[in-house]
Amino acid sequence: MALDKPYLDVPGTTIFDAEQSRKGYWLNQFCMSLMKAENRTRFKANQRAYLDEWAMTEDQKQAVLARDLNRCIALGGNIYFLAKIGATDGKSFQQMAGSMTGMSEEEYRNMMVSGGRSVEGNRYTWEKQ
Amino acid sequence: MARISASVYTSHVPAIGAALDLGKSGEPYWQPLFRGYEFSKQWIREHQPDVIFLVYNDHATAFSLELIPTFAIGTAAEFLVADEGWGPRPVPKGIGHPELASHIAQSVIQDDFDLTIVNKMDVDHGLTVPLSLMYGQPQAWPCTVIPFAVGVVQYPVPSGRRCFMLGQAVRKAIESFDQPLNVQIWGTGGMSHQLQGPRAGLINKEFDNRFLDRLIADPAGLASVPHIDYVREAGSEGIELVMWLIARGAMADVNGGKPPRVVHRFYHVPASNTAVGHLILEDQA
Repeated sequence: MALDKPYLDVPGTTIFDAEQSRKGYWLNQFCMSLMKAENRTRFKANQRAYLDEWAMTEDQKQAVLARDLNRCIALGGNIYFLAKIGATDGKSFQQMAGSMTGMSEEEYRNMMVSGGRSVEGNRYTWEKQ
Repeated sequence: MARISASVYTSHVPAIGAALDLGKSGEPYWQPLFRGYEFSKQWIREHQPDVIFLVYNDHATAFSLELIPTFAIGTAAEFLVADEGWGPRPVPKGIGHPELASHIAQSVIQDDFDLTIVNKMDVDHGLTVPLSLMYGQPQAWPCTVIPFAVGVVQYPVPSGRRCFMLGQAVRKAIESFDQPLNVQIWGTGGMSHQLQGPRAGLINKEFDNRFLDRLIADPAGLASVPHIDYVREAGSEGIELVMWLIARGAMADVNGGKPPRVVHRFYHVPASNTAVGHLILEDQA
């Protein structure tokens, strides 16, 4: 019997559950390696070569190279792991989060300063059209 | 005997740590936030605990996907400050309380909570930002700390009900420790926030304030709120709020005593991507 996943109809949201975690194991472990300063240096020196040291899929590698965080998440990445890439790039968490919303950095920052994204109309996928 | 004197609740947003470390706390963006903690810094000087039992979550720092504990108690003598990718925060290391931590582990496991015992663990912003908010920038933290990490990165996280019951078991464990220690229990994380996907930036002030109301007056009812309500209403990372229920479950009223006194309540939006909530509850003798 399938597990109950009541969170699949939350718009713009991917819950990092056991299935996503299994898919993203090597992607996330690669991210984890960036917590060491020497690995950050090696990654920055030759990103492709560094990624090729990991048992990631080609899609995952391309998503990392493109810094497409939504794609990384769809392929099993978790934001707390992916944040290590942002840190390596010198990006703040706000810049990373904003990059997934289709808004410019300034628009996103202004939205947060004025109280954030409203939950109204953002609870269920069917609300958005 | 050891006793719990108070519980403290606060968000642990990493940008708050960065603002302090980089000397930005006086900037207009950050001023209203730090003002909300001025009372708390005074209060803790007057109510200095011997030990803080600090409930937080690890953000893919000490625990990668190699090992994913739901509840992990730090029993080490010291906890180093982790390099989370930006270099370690310039804050003091945590000094543990191995005797009390081991005592709590033994007691709580016998009460059916299967803790992971951790004798070596670096701590991240989840633990250090609450200490910075309450103590500012000292050379050393003025008391010992028992880190208690809750697995909220990979779903499913423990339920609110289980966290609440765990808090009760932690109180029982602390009260059976044979040294006259003043212990505070801190619940950290939250409030509403979502850090991922097109819905990133979600904030729900109504949900957050109702959570604070119920945490004070109806914690048992609040503990029955299912995961999906947190995710839908407070964002995928808002689910960190279940950790506050561990601290609340350890207060006297849940365990047959008097209701706690609310000495401080604060709410502010935003800190980076997150709504910040803060509460101090004192147990009444």
